[in-house]
Parts: sequence; structure tokens; C-alpha cells
Amino acid sequence: MEGSAGRVVYVNGPVVKARNMKNFKMREMVTVGEKKLIGEVISIDGELGTIQVYEETTGIKIDDEVVSTQKPLSVTLGPGIVGNIFDGIQRPLNIIFDKSGNFIKEGIGLATIDKKKKWYVELKVKVGDELKEGDIFGTVDETPLIKHYLMVPPNIKGKVEEVRQNGEYDLETILVKLDSGAELKMYQEWPVRIPRPVKERLPIQKPLITGQRVIDTFFPIAKGGTAAIPGGFGTGKTMTQHQLAKWSDADIIVYIGCGERGNEMTEVLEDFPKLIDPTSNLPLMNRTILIANTSNMPVAAREASIYTGITIAEYFRDMGYNVAVMADSTSRWAEALREISGRLEEMPAEEGYPAYLPSRLAEFYERAGYVKTLNNKEASVTIIGAVSPAGGDFSEPVTQNTKRFVSAFLGLDRKLAYSRHYPAINWLSSYSGYITQLEDWYKQNVAEDMIFLRGEMIKVLQEESKLLETVKLVGEDVLPDQQRLILEIARLLKVGYLQQNAYHKDDTFVPLVKQYMMLKVIDNFYKLAKEAVKVGVPISVIKTSELFYRIIKMKYEIPNDYGDKFDLLMEDINEYFSNLIREYEGD
Amino acid sequence: MHKEYLSLKKIEGPLIVIEGVEGVSYNEMVEIKVQGETKHGKVVQLNNDLAIVQVFENTSGMSVNNISVKFTGKPLEIKLSREILGRMFNGIGQPIDGGGPVFSGIKFDVNGSPINPVARRYPRNYIQTGISAIDTLTTLIRGQKLPIFSGNGLPHNQIAAQIVKQAKVAEGEGEFAVVFAAMGIKHDDAHYFIKTFQEAGVLDKVVMFMNLADDPVVERIVTPRCALTAAEYLAFYENMHILVIMTDITSYCEALREISAAREEVPGRKGYPGYLYSDLASLYERAGMVEGSKGSITQIPILTMPNDDITHPIPDLTGYITEGQIVLSREIYQRNIYPPINILPSLSRLMKDGIGEGYTREDHPDVANQLFSSYSRVQEVKALSQVIGEDELSEIDKKYLEFGEAFEYRFLRQEFNENRDIDRSLEIAWEILSILPKNELDRINPKFLDAYYRG
Ligand SMILES: Nc1ncnc2c1ncn2[C@@H]1O[C@H](COP(=O)(O)OP(=O)(O)OP(=O)(O)O)[C@@H](O)[C@H]1O
Ligand SMILES: [Mg+2]
Repeated sequence: MEGSAGRVVYVNGPVVKARNMKNFKMREMVTVGEKKLIGEVISIDGELGTIQVYEETTGIKIDDEVVSTQKPLSVTLGPGIVGNIFDGIQRPLNIIFDKSGNFIKEGIGLATIDKKKKWYVELKVKVGDELKEGDIFGTVDETPLIKHYLMVPPNIKGKVEEVRQNGEYDLETILVKLDSGAELKMYQEWPVRIPRPVKERLPIQKPLITGQRVIDTFFPIAKGGTAAIPGGFGTGKTMTQHQLAKWSDADIIVYIGCGERGNEMTEVLEDFPKLIDPTSNLPLMNRTILIANTSNMPVAAREASIYTGITIAEYFRDMGYNVAVMADSTSRWAEALREISGRLEEMPAEEGYPAYLPSRLAEFYERAGYVKTLNNKEASVTIIGAVSPAGGDFSEPVTQNTKRFVSAFLGLDRKLAYSRHYPAINWLSSYSGYITQLEDWYKQNVAEDMIFLRGEMIKVLQEESKLLETVKLVGEDVLPDQQRLILEIARLLKVGYLQQNAYHKDDTFVPLVKQYMMLKVIDNFYKLAKEAVKVGVPISVIKTSELFYRIIKMKYEIPNDYGDKFDLLMEDINEYFSNLIREYEGD
Repeated sequence: MHKEYLSLKKIEGPLIVIEGVEGVSYNEMVEIKVQGETKHGKVVQLNNDLAIVQVFENTSGMSVNNISVKFTGKPLEIKLSREILGRMFNGIGQPIDGGGPVFSGIKFDVNGSPINPVARRYPRNYIQTGISAIDTLTTLIRGQKLPIFSGNGLPHNQIAAQIVKQAKVAEGEGEFAVVFAAMGIKHDDAHYFIKTFQEAGVLDKVVMFMNLADDPVVERIVTPRCALTAAEYLAFYENMHILVIMTDITSYCEALREISAAREEVPGRKGYPGYLYSDLASLYERAGMVEGSKGSITQIPILTMPNDDITHPIPDLTGYITEGQIVLSREIYQRNIYPPINILPSLSRLMKDGIGEGYTREDHPDVANQLFSSYSRVQEVKALSQVIGEDELSEIDKKYLEFGEAFEYRFLRQEFNENRDIDRSLEIAWEILSILPKNELDRINPKFLDAYYRG
């Protein structure tokens, strides 16, 4: 053994260097020291190898052994992932808990999904069938919501020689033997840093429906698309991500808590099993996968957690699912890169981040996509990354580089958060590059004029912001009523539409049709109010009318299955204004 | 037996380098004997036969010879038992109150280990502090980490002291104790806290770890770790509710920067090391509650924002880790308002699950929301009135100014000895909200408006 093991010569935080490493491969997984800490080879220079260690390196000594595992850092993909919570290198936190109690100790070793657990497998192939990569040879009901399709791993093919009966098996059971010698089990392994193959990439076609008005109506995210949510601390990145994890219409959610708070993961663990998915009526945990590498867990594993999460997402995509990945926060991942880079004494680029930060970000976001899978299904991975800019200043490198690689940008605003305008998404600085691609979808599935109304409302908000510049200098009273009306409509939009209460049972998730009806109401009110102002109705009358408050409150007062309530409200608006106009025209 | 090394290769600021070491492990504790005095340090880097050791005490007076260095083979550990209640220790956990060593007890590594998220219990019980602005708007939850962002000369110590005095754990819910970690604070400030603990009659329930302004700077890096280890022991082994006060985090971060500079690491913002976030997280994340224990750790770290700048890396990174923040304002303090809390940037992330029906009162969430929203409108009106003059303001804007005054002088302001329960605080909130016309209160459920609005 002596000959093949590396020997530690240097320790500095998560970075360990060892000699006798020339037989090791780049990106190979290794164990370090007596406690067999898990690490990954990140550079080889002749004899000398550099290893990033995924556990606390306390106690490592010079000359400690570095032992090869002969494989790259990989995840184990099979039944048992959904509903589970893992650390950054896919070790189930429950197993870690069983081994080391309330606190995570180092030296727990590798662990992954339970391979002894038995699952009922339905086999879908028979002797003589030709199989190739991506083909489905069996299914397992992993949770009441998710059917787990067992797929032939990439790069494997052959004719079925032997196949088992349907029945209960554990993960190690050989289910199918191919004439190529390949043996198919319920699980496969995949190196996290390599994207899983697909047949082809397809253009964006559908929105990821989130039930959040400011997103769905104003800045939609596409299935297979990318979005960034930057914002200073406490502006609502995590809340927004939790809302999307709860209510978006993805089939599977992979939530990566990357360098954030422990309690936020606990919150998901406590809440999601109780929350009911609106479409399936089953607890949301049945479609959720959590990766938790909190801020106080080792920094190298934080770096890996992003890749672990995205690889798991791709695996479920390969089955034909629409998967949404939430990464909270990509800045912590970038900082992990920076920390390791610093310890390697690499030449820093901007603000100490390594020069390869932009390419790493690009590689990550490019793993999103709307695709045709190897087994010819349409499926997607959507990535929604939180960004935590230092000092809340969006000009820093992570935000700026992220902006280059994402198509939807939901900028959170400290001022809005301070006045408790939630979600604090700034409607002037945010954008979605998916509007044109999704326009047809909205027309066909929501309403012909949905995108048009969106444009009208954005116009109101933009005009408001210009008017507010004047108001700041001279006050509101001097503006003509036509312009003051714009301010009032903007208030309707802000308080009645853009603000959405995540803690309200109806308002937390609003179906697209209701979003549309609400827009319609505001638009109708605006049109008629314009008429009224023209004939001399004072703005003070309109803005203190009971109707105005009914519209502000319609999000709470009109439930999601609204029946004829919007029609009634519309009628009241029409009636109110026709009376008003008649009254003033009469004068 | 552990070998002794009798010479150093290099002394550089707080670091010493020892050559020819064998069997030394990363992060282990080192004992250094210099002229009869024992200093302590820890291994921060190993490179072949070189060990770089960070010395907690002063390195002045050390020479490369005439020294004896012993590697202990263990990380820094402190001995803990219930006996520590009422005791005072220095920054590295040695008794300094003349009470002798802690005899019985178990030794714990001060570095701690991360709490497994599956082992956490989500904090949901609120702690009434008797301070209206905190209880109503940034409610403190048991098991939360809620820092005070302050500035030099602002009354953060008084607020922390008032919280200690008034914070009540509901009857029959277990024992309460305070762990106090002083990092680089002035003697005056330390005495102030001791006096407060005495007056509140909790001195025998306080454990103190003291690193004062003139104590060794590097020692400061272990002070909060000793304190949090003690807190973990009391909370998770003795099932007590622990309030940890750590002050001043800014001094702690400066010590970290000093060492980082000595190690010639690539600096991040303002010279602070790139790992400042992770390092602070390794302190703050030690708050919380875990399965199998009835105890809890609530942290109130205090930090002085350099130049009152909330975007400075120390408050910034803290805010990204803690579960909210209480921000003090010099401008409000200058108007003679205590506690000078600027509620707008203040936040308690955990209050959502600990307030409202069944916890505080049904109308509490809406009232809080409305106060935030209306008070932020007050700021806009104030800005406008500075431009066009108060007389030119519209009627409604004048109402907002009136509301703003009432908010600051009737709701926010209270005496150091004034202990308001949550009902009283909400009552005052409704009094001042009722200054505004009912239809301006668009964050409040009409049901509560009907019940509580005084029009
Ligand atoms: N949509 C929302 N509805 C209601 N409250 C919200 C909403 N968004 C944010 N909040 C409030 O803001 C607080 C902070 O939000 P959140 O924790 O998501 O911030 P963050 O941007 O993730 O901050 P950090 O970067 O520090 O993690 C929440 O605890 C909640 O009180
Ligand atoms: Mg967050």
C-alpha cells in the first residue's frame, strides 16, 4: 500500500498538499489521514498533488496517508433521493445524524442513499430487447408523486440477456444483464462536474409558473431557463426561493442551501411535509430534494454542493421531469472558490475572486435547459440562483458576471424591503429576457391581451417613477389630475398587485387566470378613471372611493377560485364611473 | 510523550514558526514557555517540517532561543460543568475571579462542530423584552441570533442590559442563564455589564469570558468560541435557556484581520480576510435549539459599525448570517430618543412564526407591517417638507408627520426601566396609527381595523 499512497506535506485550512501523487488523477476522490477525511484532487504538479478536503482538517498530520478511491467525485443516482436531505457531497444528513448525533463530526466517511432499502420494481424490458443509453428499463414508485424511471446509464448499450421478475429488490440487485456484459441496477453513478448528456437542446417554450404575480406577470421565468435573484441581506432572496420551491409548477425541486443558515433548512424540513401541493394534493416534500451545506459547514463541500445539486437535477430531467434548482446562495459558492483559490496562492482577479469565476458561473448556468432527453422526452432544468452582493451593491463581480449568463434578473431592493413592500423585487431594474419567447404561450393559455396589459402596467410604473422625481421637489398637489391619477394607479398596482403576502393563505399562490383578472380590473379602473378626470372629477374623489380600497384588497377578498366575483367587481366599477361621469358632466 | 522544541525559526507579529517538527497536527494547541510564563497558541499551517503557530498572547519579549514549545496533540479545550455559573474567565477560558479552576466537568473542544440541520428544532417561541420597538417590530425569538448594529457612543450596552433585565422566559419553561463574551471592550463597559447583572439579580447565573481592550488581541479570536462552548454545554447538556451577549464583534474581526495580514493572505474587502463570512458563521450558527434537549441558545451579538456604515464588511456579513438585526441610529439618538432604534433597516426574520394568534395577538403581524410601511412614508414626507416647507404639505402628509412624531416619542421612546408588555406596546401602536385616516392603513385586515382602530 505504501507505494500507492500519497503523503501529506502541507495543511492550510481545507487545502492539503501531498507528495507521491503522480499516479493520482485530477478530480479524483481521495481519503486523507487516519480519520479518512474525504477530499478531491484539484491539481497535480509532478510529485505534488493538491487536495481540497470536504471535512474539517483539524488533526491532520504531516506524512498522513492520502489514499485513492479510483473514482471522481460522484453522486449515486437511484431511488431514495426524493424527499431526502444531503450534505454537499450527497451524504444523507440523517445517516450523519445516526453516526454522530446533533453535531456533524469529521471522519464519517462516504455515505449515500440507502442501498439496502428494498423498492418494488416494475421491469419494462424483456429478453432480446435492444437497449441503449437513456432507455427506461424499469420503474419504481419513489414517492406518491414521483415515479422513478430506471434508465440505462450513458455510454452503455446491448441486448437484454437476463431480466428479473417484477418485485422488491434492493439497490445492489442486478436487474438486467446485457450481452455487452453490462449489468443494470437500480442506481448509477455520475461525476458531478460533468453535465449529463441529452439528445438535443430545444428552444424555450413554457413559463415556470410560480404563482407570484410580480414574476409570472412582469418578469417570467421559463422552464429550462435561468434566473438570478440578487439582493442585500434581508431583502427576501430566501423567501422568494422558498415560495418558488413551494408553489412553482416544476415536477421536482432541488433546493441547494449553499453556505446559508441551518434554520432555513430546518424550516423547509418542518414545513414542507405539511404543505400541500395545489395540483396533486400531496405534501410538497414528495417532490423536494434538499442539499444543505450551511455557512458553518466545511467550505470545500460548499463548493461541491452546487454540482451535486445540479447533477441530481439533470438525472431527474433525464426521466422526463421539469426540474427547478434553487441555489441559495451562489455568492457563497463563489466565495468558497475564492477561499480555496486564495489558499492555493493563485493570482486573484477582481476583489480576490479567481480569474475563472466567470467561466465557472457560465458552466453552471449552462447546465439549465429545455431539452429532448436521450429517451426522447421533453424535459427541463431551470436554475434560479440567489446572489448576495457585498454591501448590497450590484456592481460587484458575482452579480455582474451572473448577469451575463442569466436571462431573468429579479433585483431585490433594500428600500422596498425597508418599507416592507414584499416581494421587494424592483420593477424598474428587473427584467426577463423570456417575454418574446413566451408571448404565444401566454396568449394561448391565459388571455390574448395578457402581455399587452403587462406592457400598459409597466408604462404606468415607469411614468410614476418619473413623476415622483417632480413630486420630491414640489409635492404632489401641484401636479395636474391626469398625472396624479397615474400616481394613484401606480399605488393600486404596488399595494394591490405587486405586493404579495407570502403568509396569506390565498395570496401566497395566485393562479395565472386570477392574476389576469386582477390586471383587467386595474386596467378597467384606470381607463374609466381617466375618462372621469377628463370631465372634471377631482382625483381626491376617486382615490378615497370605497371602490379604490376594494381593488387594493381584492387579492385578499376574492379567493383563488373566484367564481363571478371579478365580474361583479367589474360591474361595480362600470356603474360607479358611469354615475360619477354623469354627475360631473351634468354640472 | 510530546516532544519539546527549544528554538524558533521565526517570530512575526502574532505568528511563530517552528522548524523540524514531527507528528504535529493541524489546529492543535501549543504551549510556549517563555521566562517562566506560559503562553498558548494553535497550529495554523503545516508545511513539511515547519509549523506556523498563532500565539494568543503577546509575542513581545519572545526570542528565537530561550523558549520551550510543546505540542499538546489536542485542540483548545475547556472544562465545563454547572459550576461555571457565576464565574469569570479570561479570553481563553482560564478562571480570573480567584475562584480556582473548574474541578469537575467534561472537556469540550472550543471550536465546536456544526449543528446538523436535521437535528435542529425551528425556533418559534418569542421572548418578551419589554421594549416596544423590539417586541412589536423585531420580535426576539428563543434560539435566534439577533445582533445590535450600533455605532461608537450609542447606547447598545444599555439596550442589551435592558433586555437581560426584562427578558422573561415564560414561567415553568426552564432555567435561564447568561453567557457574556467581552472582546476588546473598555473596562468601563465591562463594569457596566457586571453592575447590570448584579442589579438584575442574575450574577450567579452569568458566565463571563473577558478579553478587554488592553488584553492580547489574538486571544479575542478564541473568546467567543469559549463562550459559545459554555453556552452549548449549559443549553444542550443542562437544558437551560441561554442568552449569549457577545461584544464587540468589530474588535473580534479586527483581530482576525491582524492575523490574516501577518499570514500574508490575499485580503478581501477593506483588508478583512476572504473567509470572514465563514468565520463569523462558525460563531453565529452556534445559536439555536436541537433535538433531545429542552435548552436554547439565543445570541445578541453587538457590533459597532465603523463610520456608522451598514455596508461595511462587518455588519454586512453579519446581516447575511444572522436572523435579522436591530439597527441603532445616531440621528434618532441625537434627538434624545432612547432606545434609538431605526426600525426600517431592522428586521427579525424569525418573528413570523412566533407572533400573531396563539403567540402574541392576532393583529400583531398586520400592525407591525403597517407601522413599517407608514413610518417609511414618514421619511418621504420629511424629505419633501425639507424642500417645500412644512406649510406647503398636503393635509395627509401633515398627518404623516404627526404620526412620525408620535411614533418616535410615544412608541419608540421609553425609559431604561420601563417594561412594557406586548399588549401595552400594541395598544400604543393603535393609538398612534389612529392618527392616520383609516383608509391609509392598507396593510391591516379590515377585521382588525374595525376592532382596534380608534376613529
Ligand atoms: N414575499 C414576502 N412576504 C413576506 N415577507 C417577506 C417576503 N420576502 C421577504 N420577507 C421578509 O423579509 C425577511 C428576510 O427575507 P429573506 O430571509 O428571504 O432575505 P434574504 O434576502 O434571503 O437575506 P439573506 O441574504 O441574509 O439570506 C423574511 O424573514 C420576511 O420577514
Ligand atoms: Mg437568505
